[in-house]
Amino acid sequence: MFKWLEKNLPKIVMAPAVGLIGWFVYGFVLWTLYISFTNSKILPKYELWGVGQYVKLWASRKWLISVDNLLVFTALFLIFCIVIGIILAIFLDQKIRAEGVLRTIYLYPMALSFIVTGTAWKWILNPTLGLQKMFIDWGFENFTFDWLVNREMAIYTIVIAGVWQSAGFVMALFLAGLRSVEDEIVKAAKIDGAGLFTVYWKILLPMMRPVFFTSFVILVHISIKSYDLIVALTQGGPGISTTMPALFMTQAAFHKSQVGLSAASAMMMFMAVAAVIIPYLYSELRRENAR
Amino acid sequence: MKTLKIEELSKNFGSTEVLKKINLEIDEGNFLVLLGPSGCGKSTLLNIIAGLETINEGNVYIDDYNVSKVEPKDRNIAMVFQSYALYPSMNVRENMIFGLKQAKVSKEKIEEQLEKVSKFLQVDALLERKPSQLSGGQRQRVAIGRALVREPRIFLFDEPLSNLDAKLRVEMRREIKKLHQQLKTTVVYVTHDQTEAMSLGTKIAIMNHGVIQQNESPENIYNKPSNTFVADFIGSPSMNLIKGNLKQSSDRILFTAEGANFDIPINSYDFDDTSQLNNKEVYFGIRPEHIYFKKSNEDDFEVNLKADLSEYIGHEQIITFNLANQELLAKFSSTIKIELSKETKLYFDLTQVSMFDANSQERI
Amino acid sequence: MQDNLQTSSYKQLEQKSKYTNMFLRWFLYFVLILFASYFIFPLYVMVVTSLKTMEEIRQGTLLTWPSSLNFDSWLVAWGGRGYGAGDTFLRPYFWNSIKMVVPAVFFSTFIGAMTGYVLTKWRFKGDQWVFLFLLFGCFIPFQAILLPMARTLGVLGISNSVIGLVLVHTVYGIPFTTLFFRNYYVSVPTELVKAARIDGAGFFKIFFKILLPISAPIIVVTVIWQFTQIWNDFLFGSTFSFGEAAPIQVALNNMVLSSTSVKEYNVDMASAIIAGIPTLIVYVLAGKYFIRGLTSGAVKG
Repeated sequence: MFKWLEKNLPKIVMAPAVGLIGWFVYGFVLWTLYISFTNSKILPKYELWGVGQYVKLWASRKWLISVDNLLVFTALFLIFCIVIGIILAIFLDQKIRAEGVLRTIYLYPMALSFIVTGTAWKWILNPTLGLQKMFIDWGFENFTFDWLVNREMAIYTIVIAGVWQSAGFVMALFLAGLRSVEDEIVKAAKIDGAGLFTVYWKILLPMMRPVFFTSFVILVHISIKSYDLIVALTQGGPGISTTMPALFMTQAAFHKSQVGLSAASAMMMFMAVAAVIIPYLYSELRRENAR
Repeated sequence: MKTLKIEELSKNFGSTEVLKKINLEIDEGNFLVLLGPSGCGKSTLLNIIAGLETINEGNVYIDDYNVSKVEPKDRNIAMVFQSYALYPSMNVRENMIFGLKQAKVSKEKIEEQLEKVSKFLQVDALLERKPSQLSGGQRQRVAIGRALVREPRIFLFDEPLSNLDAKLRVEMRREIKKLHQQLKTTVVYVTHDQTEAMSLGTKIAIMNHGVIQQNESPENIYNKPSNTFVADFIGSPSMNLIKGNLKQSSDRILFTAEGANFDIPINSYDFDDTSQLNNKEVYFGIRPEHIYFKKSNEDDFEVNLKADLSEYIGHEQIITFNLANQELLAKFSSTIKIELSKETKLYFDLTQVSMFDANSQERI
Repeated sequence: MQDNLQTSSYKQLEQKSKYTNMFLRWFLYFVLILFASYFIFPLYVMVVTSLKTMEEIRQGTLLTWPSSLNFDSWLVAWGGRGYGAGDTFLRPYFWNSIKMVVPAVFFSTFIGAMTGYVLTKWRFKGDQWVFLFLLFGCFIPFQAILLPMARTLGVLGISNSVIGLVLVHTVYGIPFTTLFFRNYYVSVPTELVKAARIDGAGFFKIFFKILLPISAPIIVVTVIWQFTQIWNDFLFGSTFSFGEAAPIQVALNNMVLSSTSVKEYNVDMASAIIAGIPTLIVYVLAGKYFIRGLTSGAVKG
């Protein structure tokens, strides 16, 4: 008995983690999957109902708007975060005097919650007393900046706040990547006559492919899950113009008694994330094994 | 006109002096090896020649032009690095022609150069491969090729062989030697490996603590080391340095090892200055390979010493003898049988010894 | 190639590179400082606004410096105005968050450390798959588990409670803590464990006496990461705990959204700062470890 215990001790110690994750992650996802095939309203029901919830979901105007918003947001969020992140990383890589201070400034938004960020940006973007007033007081009399309450533009305010929060993080990833490149490569390029621009554009950035990949995966992941920022900044409004899938899901589940529908929307999100993550994990694992 | 001239060059990182007033000249077509232990400043010196490091004091001339403040690309040099530093995202072809493209050389000329060099180095079959798909030796060749296509005035090598395994290193060493014999381009080559230095260099500059200790032909470095550092650094096992005193009388000069009851006559030694040698504290330097088991010529000095330790290394053996409680190493062919703890008759080849001042450590 | 370069052209080259370099440096600093202002701007506005009276806010602009340092809004945000109904303030929720964060961080870190230890130093057949199994938990969108989690907490009788949130955060922190510890222990030489085993140390002794004492850096990284994530969480808090047991982020959101009276932006900003200050302090004090956590476990949104 004691022998057996000793032999299996490592596995016994592993058990809580594996059990908890097995139950709370995999079990729950399967449960949600199952519920998405039922006609559950306010409480879960367990008779299968087929793909009705998915049909309903894709016929829902609100869901379609959410998906649309998600695509717009993700595209802009990705482009701005990566472009700003790379620019900052490359510039900081030039033996800058106050590098530590600047890095701290670029990255501190990552330490704040989206609710705090959203609250701050909501105040700044507020059309009566915020940026708009500032510019009018500065003498730009006809300056209007009402994106926050403008159906067409409100989604871009979320992009502004989101980029503000995450660009520094991309900077940190790229800076770490650039710093890990061997000195001699840059030396070789200098002797070959490559200017600073060429060194980065032709040699270093192409070497950053894994960092691009990682940033892409993380940013897409953040954007698919974005929920807090929208709640704090626009609550999905004006109207439903800034709804996104995560918001759609919680509203359906906890405010509108559409448990089945919300399960279906959750599964769509799950699949979207899986489509990005599984290739990523696969390639990461292969890289690790190759080493 | 010197291909490369370095004048009173000093360099420090913060408060650490890395190079102290270096002077160096290289004639056209020479192969200069900068040799020294790690941290001696040899790589810094090479980087300064390349223009990759700034200078605190002094100047660097290439073909009599002061290039001290000129960008690396305009110095007409090419460099091969320890890690090869091939651009990972480019294939072999792109790697090799990158420098020419930056210099806006015409397409035809680039193609011509590429074909010539890649054939010459036998990498023409690898042109479409990425560096990650090459073996160590192939990478090395491509790195050399990248330097060759530029047809520089000076080749700089920064420990190019130290990432290769022992067998490949010997092969590549021969190839670099051949390369230099065919091209006759001036080379500056940094290494910490004395065998590499000896076999490749037409001149070797031995460095320590940011100072050039000796800059001469390999033969002179080996036969006439200018101080105890060089004597100790070159040769394996290194030169025996026996501490003792000189006795000078009108007709002869004798060396007595500390605590020894015999004198070694060194009349034949060519002192720089024969005055004031009496009672001088010196090191008597003799290489292990110049201690013989059989008398080879008239002037060999005969002595009986006890063997303490024997190390067998295949074709040779290294025996440690006790010379008045100082260690004396000798190298013999392994066919010779030597019994430990017994007195053995040995012969010192007095034509091959070096004498150093025990205080200044300099050759006298 | 360029065999006949004249001294004069060398001089030109020197000059040219000097000027381009100077211009580049200026441009570099200009852009860096421009972005720094973009990043610092909201924090500045928050602090300045929180120190102004509403009257000042209406008259000045976002950037105007307050006429006097007025901490009233901070007091209101923290402790309320003292009248009964509808007076929401952060103090109780701040303590809720503390009560939630401390145990959740402790449990998730401890479980992660043990799991990481087994996965690297007591390797068994298929451990790679177990790791992958756990790792995937880092990536699932939590929407996919919200519904069953709500049910489960209900069944256990701990919905709308701090204990419920501790459970949730512990469980969903495990994949991250495991990832951190595993990656750290992989780089610890296994010879160390072998030597200890030859010396007669057992499974727990090796962990507590040998690995744990050298784990300080990764423990700091993990604790900071978990602290930041749990403190900043809103999704779980708002879904599973809305009343008195709500954590601070939920309370902050409720306060800002409550449309009962006139908007008091100064109080809103003071509240936001209060809710953000613990993580901000940790970031400033231990930024190095914070960034390490971000770059190594950076997957959670």
